[in-house]
Amino acid sequence: MKIIVDRDKCVGSGQCVMTAEGVFDQSEEDGIVELLDPEPPAEAAADVRLAASLCPAMAIRIEDAAQ
Amino acid sequence: MTTASEPAADPAAVPHYPMERAAGCPFDPPPGLRERQRKGPLTRVRLWDGSTHWLVTRYADQRAVMSDPRVSADVRRPGFPNVAPLPPDGASGLSFVTMDDPEHRRLRRMVTAPFAIRRVRAMRPAIQEIVDGLIDDMLAGPKPTDLVEAFALPVPSLVICRLLGVPYDDHDFFQANSKTLIRRSIAPERRAEARRALLDYLDGLMADKLARPGDDLLSGLGERVKAGELTRTEAARMGVLLLVAGHETTANMIALGTLALLRHPDQLALLRESDDPALVESAVEELLRYLTITHVGRRRIALADLEIGGQVIRAGEGIVLPNDIANRDPDAFPEPDRLDLRRGDARRHVAFGFGVHQCLGQPLARIELQVVYGILYRRVPTLALAADLEDIPFKHDGAVYGVYELPVTW
Ligand code: HEM
Repeated sequence: MKIIVDRDKCVGSGQCVMTAEGVFDQSEEDGIVELLDPEPPAEAAADVRLAASLCPAMAIRIEDAAQ
Repeated sequence: MTTASEPAADPAAVPHYPMERAAGCPFDPPPGLRERQRKGPLTRVRLWDGSTHWLVTRYADQRAVMSDPRVSADVRRPGFPNVAPLPPDGASGLSFVTMDDPEHRRLRRMVTAPFAIRRVRAMRPAIQEIVDGLIDDMLAGPKPTDLVEAFALPVPSLVICRLLGVPYDDHDFFQANSKTLIRRSIAPERRAEARRALLDYLDGLMADKLARPGDDLLSGLGERVKAGELTRTEAARMGVLLLVAGHETTANMIALGTLALLRHPDQLALLRESDDPALVESAVEELLRYLTITHVGRRRIALADLEIGGQVIRAGEGIVLPNDIANRDPDAFPEPDRLDLRRGDARRHVAFGFGVHQCLGQPLARIELQVVYGILYRRVPTLALAADLEDIPFKHDGAVYGVYELPVTW
């Protein structure tokens, strides 16, 4: 799984950090998303998908290697 | 695909919005909304001024509209579905909540960092201390007492004052004006006065912060004013938005949530008998979903033609999105009318809205509610209502739903 975040779209709602903490963080400076792990392990996949679906700004995109 | 713009066959059949709740069902959305949800994805509603707009009731459709960049939240656009007359001075709503990108983004980003998850988590011990202190005071005081005055309002007021750098000693002033500002049944002139009073107050505070900056959010805005990124008026407007949004909403969730729990004793028992943080977290999400206190709904206007549920909303048409009924959509939440604190996925609710305007303060609201629901019923296990449900004054006329008073004893 490969994650792409769009910092321009992000509104800093924090949904992704609440859902998949090791993968996403928010910048100290502006509260906008920071991707800690663009290719997270399989165990994190479900949380990452949930984070993407909860993101109110549609700022998280997932590319599946399998597809 | 049919076009949805045909006029309704019988104009008298277009129901009024906001709709009324059923007698004796203070926690449930109006039955008229449920009926509309069953009817189809898009129906029409009529507002106070006779204008008609699209009503979107289903969870998936609401998320689609609210996250669509082709809708505007600017209440001044002609045809915008305002639920009450705009103030006579023609001024817009409060800061960026009624602006569109890129202006909305520019301003929201200036205050996003203080609401980031890690920043807000660091406030937890201070919030816990505030909550513990207020419970001590309440227990030491007379009973019955009004939970709103004694507890529900002071918790978020103290927290937001600390975060913004607003003196809590002024709480009588700003609480009274906030209450007026968001009460629909109050004349627009009086609401405009309340907003003016709050703006003047925040403008005065900004002057203090510019002269003597401290370690708080308003001083941070002062730095930006000095750097020329923001005008002092814009800063004061943002201050009003944060102050009002920061205490009215959470206060209502505390009081109405407590009432809902008192009326669902089996659910209350879960919280009273557990110290599992995961249960408290899911309880907060479920109460947010079940109560959805921002009951006048989101409102938007289409900037381009949009397709929703196979129908078309035309550019320039108004859209009303009551989040309370979306959070009771059976296609999104099984047995939606059941309050179930152990519901696994309540967090998908739209009680904080969706799209670029989704609540900025949600991490803070969540922690405040987790601290409150996690301790209040454990420390006051005999907490009980000291009035009949019929005698509780509900905020049917508020922009935010809740109770004006909640007499309790223990
Ligand atoms: C349980 C408590 C709360 C609820 C239910 C709630 C609900 C909402 C909702 C539904 C919106 C979306 C408005 C729209 O889309 O038109 C919103 C926006 C907002 N909320 Fe909250 N809120 C709560 C607490 C807070 C707190 C504690 C703050 C802190 C200051 C806050 C600050 C804001 C701000 C600044 C916005 C505007 C965001 C924007 O337009 O980008 N809210 N809130």
